[in-house]
Amino acid sequence: MIRTKKSFSLIAVLAAGALALAGCSTTASTDGDDSMESTATTLTTSDTWVKAIDSGMTAAFGMVENPTDHDITIVSATTSASDMTELHETLENESGDMVMQPIEGGFTIPAGGMLMLEPGGNHIMIMGVADPILAGDDVTVTLTLDDGSTLEFTAPAKDYSGANENYEGDDDMDLDNGDMGHDDTEMDE
Amino acid sequence: MSEPVEPDTSRRLSRRHLLWGGAAAAGVGAATAAGVSIVGGIAGSVAPPSSGAATTADFTPQEAFEGAVPFYGTHQAGIETPAQSNAVFVSLDLRDDVDASGLRRLMSVVTDDAARLTAGQPALADSEPELAVIPAQLTVTFGFGPRVVELAGKAAPAWLGPLPAFGIDKLDPAYCDGDLLIQIAANDPLTVTHAARMLLKDARSFALPRWSQSGFRRAAGAENPAATMRNLFGQLDGTGNPSPGTTEFSEAVWSTDVPSWLEGGTSFVLRRIAMDLDGWDKIDRLGREETIGRTLDTGAPLTGTVEGDEPDLETKDRLGFPVIPAFAHVRRAKENEAATKMFRRGYNYDDTVLTGAESVSNSGLLFAAFQADVDTQFVPVQKALDTLDLLNTWTTPVGSAVFAIPPGCQEGGYIGDTLF
Repeated sequence: MIRTKKSFSLIAVLAAGALALAGCSTTASTDGDDSMESTATTLTTSDTWVKAIDSGMTAAFGMVENPTDHDITIVSATTSASDMTELHETLENESGDMVMQPIEGGFTIPAGGMLMLEPGGNHIMIMGVADPILAGDDVTVTLTLDDGSTLEFTAPAKDYSGANENYEGDDDMDLDNGDMGHDDTEMDE
Repeated sequence: MSEPVEPDTSRRLSRRHLLWGGAAAAGVGAATAAGVSIVGGIAGSVAPPSSGAATTADFTPQEAFEGAVPFYGTHQAGIETPAQSNAVFVSLDLRDDVDASGLRRLMSVVTDDAARLTAGQPALADSEPELAVIPAQLTVTFGFGPRVVELAGKAAPAWLGPLPAFGIDKLDPAYCDGDLLIQIAANDPLTVTHAARMLLKDARSFALPRWSQSGFRRAAGAENPAATMRNLFGQLDGTGNPSPGTTEFSEAVWSTDVPSWLEGGTSFVLRRIAMDLDGWDKIDRLGREETIGRTLDTGAPLTGTVEGDEPDLETKDRLGFPVIPAFAHVRRAKENEAATKMFRRGYNYDDTVLTGAESVSNSGLLFAAFQADVDTQFVPVQKALDTLDLLNTWTTPVGSAVFAIPPGCQEGGYIGDTLF
């Protein structure tokens, strides 16, 4: 069930641009163009996972790399787990707390760069989950990129007791708390 | 598949870089406010931290610690793999509500963990990734008790279940049985502990530990890895084992006459044997050697000169008594051994002493044996030792468990997928 050989430990190397990228586990479909000209036409993902949850909110994590020669922006995401998904960044607010909020304009990944989606950092927020996501379940995540193409990957669910991010405007909210649901009025847009 | 391999250079590189990566990642975290572009923006600028430079630059890791054992293969690793210095055996009980689908999810999650950790990579959602980067020939081996097989709706081999009761047993249920076995072994105790923690965390919503037993041998590199291990009585323990990589080993270990899901697997018996070191202290060297039928220094049979010599059970001394006495451990074992031997891969244990106890030791042997068939290879020997073996005076089986070890899996599969 490992979807790629790429390891967490490669992150620093990749960040340093020290390694050429080889292989990818993700499938990409570009509207109106199904031909795969090279492996470096779009983003690749690896080490993806979703926090298991009974209901409510959770998040998808992993590494997204941009092996192409141009910047790519992830503008939105959808998942098989619910119909409400947002791209979130985690920032320090005025009072010094780390809070998460939707990222303005999406995640832009520079050419040759990478984006870590991780607990306590940037992540794909999955809200309004009605059916339990159990450890070992697979969640399908589809990213929509700025050129209109999409990128799909599968993320296994794992039990994880961390990732207690705070929502801006609500100090008590964390990913475990399904009762909180999601309320747009609480969002700091 | 279980041979240690030289890791590829990129992975070694990555491990070193992880040390820097910690610093780099911290930097990224602190700078999150600047947005994701910072991540790409540091291209080419990652450098080792200047302070505390603990470093890897002038340090060459040894193969025993740097090496990774392939996880995927026909057979599970951790059986034919040369025994690592440290091991923990954990038995778990499935929660009552776990069904076949839960079982599949469990095995899929822990297989993924095992595959990553044995490669020296953090598991997904590993909250202590720095502890994962020294593989130290880590192997993770899974075994199933009867309930797992039943949940999957498959037939179990006749031997899967508690062993017959033996007269010498003083079994404590706290060290017996279970639904799922995880054997975790590596040449570094921290690697073992981290892997165990990660696996148990991920198993927690499906199963809870029933018992866990830790054991050790000599540290990696302390002696020739081919040497037979010594137990805490000072005896060579495991003499005559089938040699990994031989036909004899394959025939002894890999099950063939079993339900199809288990083909390419084996059986595992773990006996926790308490050893009365205080009592053993009272026996002189000659008495110790006659008890076992072998010399203590080389492990040679009393009728031979080197460890590998076949014990001659017929030779008499000048008074007409057998050189290897009737009560000797080696005679009892030898006379009742099947044509195919079991394969022993045991570990010593030395647990904390009981407060106020007269005995200053709480020690023994985790007698771990793999064999194609428990009933034909293990039970007859144990029966013979049960009825007459002087060694029983100082050894007491206090724990006992039998598991079916399913075959290995290929990448994309999971251990136990042959059950479904």
